[in-house]
Amino acid sequence: MILRNWSVRIGGISLLILIAIAIAAPLLGTVDPTLFDAASRDLRPGETGEISTLDGETLKHTFLMGSDSFGRDVYSRVLYGARVSLLIGLCVALLALAFGIVLGLCAGYLRWLDGPLMRVMDGLMAIPSVLLAIALVALWRPSLTTVVIAIAIPEMPRVSRLVRSLVLSIREEPYVEAAVALGTPTVKIMFGHILPNTAAPLIVQGTYIVAFAILVEAILSFLGVGLPPDIPTWGNIMAEGRVQFVAYPHNVFYPGVFLAVTVLAVNILGDGLRDTLDPKMAKRV
Amino acid sequence: MLAFVARRLLATIPVLLVVAVLVFLMLRLTPGDPAAILAGDAASTEQIAAIRAGLGLDRPILVQFGIWASHLARGDLGESYFFKMQVTSLIAQRLEPTLALAALTILIAVLTAVPLGTLAAWRFGGWFDRALMGFSVLGFSVPVFVLAYLLIWLVSLKLGWLPVQGYVRISENFLLFLKHLILPAITLSVIYIALIARVTRAAVLEALGEDYIRTARAKGLPELRVLVRHALANAAVPIATVIGIGIAILIGGVVVTESVYAIPGLGRLTVDAVLARDFPTVQGVILFFSFVYVLVNLLIDLSYVFLDPRIRY
Repeated sequence: MILRNWSVRIGGISLLILIAIAIAAPLLGTVDPTLFDAASRDLRPGETGEISTLDGETLKHTFLMGSDSFGRDVYSRVLYGARVSLLIGLCVALLALAFGIVLGLCAGYLRWLDGPLMRVMDGLMAIPSVLLAIALVALWRPSLTTVVIAIAIPEMPRVSRLVRSLVLSIREEPYVEAAVALGTPTVKIMFGHILPNTAAPLIVQGTYIVAFAILVEAILSFLGVGLPPDIPTWGNIMAEGRVQFVAYPHNVFYPGVFLAVTVLAVNILGDGLRDTLDPKMAKRV
Repeated sequence: MLAFVARRLLATIPVLLVVAVLVFLMLRLTPGDPAAILAGDAASTEQIAAIRAGLGLDRPILVQFGIWASHLARGDLGESYFFKMQVTSLIAQRLEPTLALAALTILIAVLTAVPLGTLAAWRFGGWFDRALMGFSVLGFSVPVFVLAYLLIWLVSLKLGWLPVQGYVRISENFLLFLKHLILPAITLSVIYIALIARVTRAAVLEALGEDYIRTARAKGLPELRVLVRHALANAAVPIATVIGIGIAILIGGVVVTESVYAIPGLGRLTVDAVLARDFPTVQGVILFFSFVYVLVNLLIDLSYVFLDPRIRY
């Protein structure tokens, strides 16, 4: 049923290819993405140059996507960058979902918590998410963990609101009433009876969060406030290449294309999942 | 009506208060000495001590919040340690480019997205509808800065039609002002167009299924009048709502766009302040943007009364 949907097929297969590329990066003719060679600076795509390994050896290497102004191989950096982007997308989605689910369940099922919790969420949602992420990363000093948390925090209110609204309708269902009448503990009702019925919309929402997180991570790196510049991320490659954009546009274009294709694949997958898993939501947008 | 405006105004107060508390807590909950973080890496011990005394950091956290909030209520956002001036005047200085960019972007986005979305709903399921939906997914996925460089490369470098970067004040030369701003505004409007077009299409589609549309057609009204006067008018509320929600995306986009196109506005200020670890400025800009976002959405809420005469408060 799900696999018959063309959006799911196209998005899913593209994403699988990207994941395969990320995992198999060392086997695809890449070198260590941090290696550089002063003799191979600013090469155009397809040119051959040298690159020195950490042992002091000098290797002949073809720079498929050219090199940057340090003489690093852009092809290797772009392929390894896929690992960072996909990992961050996944971690942010899981973190935002986990916290959003707990908060949303509490707000939807424990009525006395609803008011205060939702007011805090309203306030959090009033702060533009990119700005909030930038400020949090800057305060905490950037690392993989802080970047993931900083991108996940602005997403939590959206998840918890969704969960809350689902809970509010599910709690009126006869099977929940029956569970209450049988004296089932509240925690068991929340996680055992209500949570499983929110799965479909949450999977859809989670997919969109992955796409958004990959975008925001790239924005943070690109602005120079994200992960340290020696870690190969698409945003970092572009930030390094933007200075010489007029003469060497390849440093900006290759990571840019990979970034756009990845986000597009995840978004198409999300649209397909929405149409098949959550027809009610599909009607709304 | 007046009672409604008053009630709606009052309802924004808790939201703004929560925003203020969150922004306040952001710094206090960060591990380390807030005064040292605020002062930046280059500060001397005396400077840090002065900041600590000024913020009352040795006193209970509620008192600290009281001091901070009373400054905030008087419009005092503190002094920037990097730019060496009041954050309020710093924001005022950088407001014009951002306001101009945002206004032009919204103008382009609404004028493009609403007709396109209406057309797609009118020809629901046709090639134009599918093309627009495809474009809308693409618009959500291509990052603002990738698009910005693509447009700079194509329009400014290859075709040479527009300047690559920079900003000219509106009072200096209006034509140059527009020439510098049009490419950033187009860049920024793409994601906004994608968002508004989608919602316009869905809202008009719903309105087109109503009985009064059949009646309007049956009495022989021209199709354009049916679309605009009957379908679009009834779709106005969701469209207005999404324009308001989209302001958040717009603000995030402004930060990136201004950096790429070297526009000296509030977005650029945010990035500069973060890079210089100038937290009074970062705090000030976040508070300012959040305030604007809440305010715009308040105005849009109030506009429902005019957009939909059925709504009576």
